[in-house]
Amino acid sequence: MSTPLSGPGSVQQAPGRGPVRTGSPRTSRTARNHAPITAAGLVAKVILLGLVAGIAIWAAFPLVAAEMWGGLAVLVLTTTALFYLYLGRRHVPAKYLIPGTLFLIAFQVVPVLYTASTAFTNFGDGHRGSKDDAIVAIQSSSVKQVPGSTQYPLSVATKGDPATGALVFLITKPGTDTVSVGDAKGLRPLDPGAATVGPGGKVTAADGYTVLNFGQASARSKDITDLVVPTAGGALRSSGLSRAYEGKAVRAYDAGCDCVKDSDSGRTWTADGEVGAFVAADGERLAQGWKVNVGLSNFTRVLTDERISGPFLGTLIWNFAFAIGSTGGTFILGMLIALALHSPRMRGTNLYRMLLILPYAMPSFAMLLVWRDMFNTDFGLINNLFGLSVDWFGQDWSARAAVILVQLWLGYPYMFLVATGALQAIPRELTEATSVDGASRWQSFRAVTLPLLLVALSPLLISSFAFNFNNFNAIYLTTEGAPFPADNPSNGATDLLITYTYRLAFGGQAAQFGFAAAISLFIFAIVAVVSAVSFRRTRQQEEVYA
Amino acid sequence: MRIRTAGVVALFALALAASGCGGDSDEPAAKDTPKAAGGKLVIWADDKRTAALKPFVEKFGQENGVTVEVQAVPNEDLQNNFVTVSSQGGGPDVVIGAHDWIGNLVQNGAIDPVQLSDEQKAAFNETAVKAVTFNGQLYGVPYAQENLALIRNTELAPEAPKTIEDLVATGKQLKAQKKVTETLCLQVGQKGDAYHIYPLYTSAGGYLFGTTANGDYDPKDLGVGKPESIAAFKKIAALGEKGEGVLKRSIADTNSTATFTGKKCAFLVSGPWATADVKKAGITYDVSAVPGFAGGKAAAPFVGVQSFYVAAKGKNKALAQEFVANYVTTPELAVALYQADPRPPALNAALDQVKSSDPDLAKFIEAGKNGQVLPAIPAMAAIWDPFGKAEAAVIGGADPTSTVTAAGKTIAGSIK
Repeated sequence: MSTPLSGPGSVQQAPGRGPVRTGSPRTSRTARNHAPITAAGLVAKVILLGLVAGIAIWAAFPLVAAEMWGGLAVLVLTTTALFYLYLGRRHVPAKYLIPGTLFLIAFQVVPVLYTASTAFTNFGDGHRGSKDDAIVAIQSSSVKQVPGSTQYPLSVATKGDPATGALVFLITKPGTDTVSVGDAKGLRPLDPGAATVGPGGKVTAADGYTVLNFGQASARSKDITDLVVPTAGGALRSSGLSRAYEGKAVRAYDAGCDCVKDSDSGRTWTADGEVGAFVAADGERLAQGWKVNVGLSNFTRVLTDERISGPFLGTLIWNFAFAIGSTGGTFILGMLIALALHSPRMRGTNLYRMLLILPYAMPSFAMLLVWRDMFNTDFGLINNLFGLSVDWFGQDWSARAAVILVQLWLGYPYMFLVATGALQAIPRELTEATSVDGASRWQSFRAVTLPLLLVALSPLLISSFAFNFNNFNAIYLTTEGAPFPADNPSNGATDLLITYTYRLAFGGQAAQFGFAAAISLFIFAIVAVVSAVSFRRTRQQEEVYA
Repeated sequence: MRIRTAGVVALFALALAASGCGGDSDEPAAKDTPKAAGGKLVIWADDKRTAALKPFVEKFGQENGVTVEVQAVPNEDLQNNFVTVSSQGGGPDVVIGAHDWIGNLVQNGAIDPVQLSDEQKAAFNETAVKAVTFNGQLYGVPYAQENLALIRNTELAPEAPKTIEDLVATGKQLKAQKKVTETLCLQVGQKGDAYHIYPLYTSAGGYLFGTTANGDYDPKDLGVGKPESIAAFKKIAALGEKGEGVLKRSIADTNSTATFTGKKCAFLVSGPWATADVKKAGITYDVSAVPGFAGGKAAAPFVGVQSFYVAAKGKNKALAQEFVANYVTTPELAVALYQADPRPPALNAALDQVKSSDPDLAKFIEAGKNGQVLPAIPAMAAIWDPFGKAEAAVIGGADPTSTVTAAGKTIAGSIK
């Protein structure tokens, strides 16, 4: 069968490649080098490069403010390179390649590298910031009001300029007119009569001091929060702008032993750089940890944790079945409809096409939710319509069939569209030639139409497969992985790897980005291998049929 | 050559203009605000509350010479977005959200404690203050609380059932008379719903976490998988699909209220948020406590509290503290927020104000009298999913003993 095919194949080349050949002499290299600079071209160049410069300057300020010199260097280098490239007349191929390459780096390579680097850390809830952040959080959340102490009406004042002068607290003993002034050195009483006390007990004016109003005070928010007035029992701190309380930081970090000590209970938590947390002798951890490198432990956890490795194979097989089922099912249905509408005897094809594309035009989010409700056992449209009482999402195989059915409905219009396009590119002479040779309709479809369709659609099928392999929404918005075996709530019958890992990484204790990144690298490897193999096969196929 | 030079000059002019423009728009913002408006307070809230807060914060801003900006963030993204921007050192000064976020926000160092005086604390409902207290520290100022109750269609069921058995008997009778198709609308779904089954679970003797000496939940004492929880799930199984058919996985969050408003069931277990739909459907209803099993403990719904938090990484913490500690504690704001989203105010004075115009509120509070504060400890996050699925499996007819034991193991495995 392959020998007669070489004939049609070579005929097929002509319509596809013809226009390129006729067009190529006009755009030859020599011609381009002598092309005049048009006004429109120049304006476009100036606007685009101006935009580049604008973006670079806009991005530079936050980088300088955050002292991220590495990022700034990359920014400067990229911008300089872009200007050098597009202001010169040489390096024409690079001019075409660079924009795409930059976007590829920014939106593909960097995220992948970032994911890969995250996979080696414990980044997640409780381990988001640096060690210093954790220490600050531990200390500031341990400030407790001294038992039995009172709260004082507070005014913030200064001897100098309200915007810059050193701040003091003016506090009134509740119920009296006794005013004290407090700064970092301590609290001392103010002469009676030197201060005017308002109705709520707040000092409204004091001799020698400027009392800050709310606007002025809130502009110096950080200075006020940082001002701590030592007292016998602890220290006076502000609670907002109009009250002060006597508080005491119960936990303090000691750099000497690299540990946190609790002065109330006498307990000690020592820093553990391996896990990024302060750990007590009995293994108790403080909740506020920090981000550290954990090496390969996220990867070993994927491989050794029984909850993951146990049901992994079953999930992987179903994942392949789901991706192949959704891609293959939609392709076959879409193609059959496209073939039906491609028939010259068909009338009203435009109306049919419009109706068929409708599911594609509706937002899949909403449609998935609608389908979920239609599969409800007691109230769903499907059971009510057919008089069934199937617990669709309650049994393994009915749930799997249901999600594939939903995918079929959502996905076939796309396949119909691309198959229609590809069919129209196949010249009718080919099928006519086969019928002259005495081939049946089925034979001509098998031997001519389908292979040519596949050559055009294989890349789309592969990308559709890769998409469905990780089709999170299709599962999460319908079954959410259900049904779950009674003894294992972490892995359900319709779970894909991506929904399963999402539950492992984010469904349990808290978000574990490091762990999630490690699993997504595994999924990335699986999808990459499948795609690479498929593309290689496609290329071989193209060599046979083209 | 000349053209190229011209191009370069034009470019630099453009670049300078671009940077100049940027500067122009930045500088007034940076310079004018402190002078004219003192400081800026940024608040994150969900859409409904943003609308309710706006007039109030504008007044607060004008009175005090500061700018207050309320930014609407969808509720489901709010906590996550807040933690993310906070770990980058930015974000809002004040955040509004549910009290069970506290555990996670604290472990990420995202919020600071709030210091309220004893008089201020006394103005609040005691449960609400307890809910926002974590590790002995007050982390938020509550403004509303909510809990589940039994809403019944008084045309179909004039009497409030005293026990679950009463409720089932009434429901079955109505079903036999073809007045309803379902006995009880209590949302379960394929994944189960720990929040809605909790009253029945506690009435049957189960618990989630034990408590430490000072009344905090203790993550080391996990009640799921213990004999009490298995006994409780056996009682729940008896009401399930293979038993009485009262609890069903086909009733889920999406259709529970709609089934009730469609008069297909006489009883609905839900919270204050459902009353708007029920009223709209024109159903005569009454609210009472979720009944417990006959001879069992009282059914304890979770009590959740909505609260204001001060962000630890906020730019204007002093002003944020001032706003949260001294302005959120006034009844006016609580009433405004109630009008935007009818949950019972946590401030006693505010509740008294709105109680007379809305009799449901007092009934919901009464229904929550036996309630337990929804645990805010981070370990609670490990409960929801496995517990719910165990519930769904048991209601679907799975063996309670093995299912609940497995759920207990899974939960214990993910609590560090």
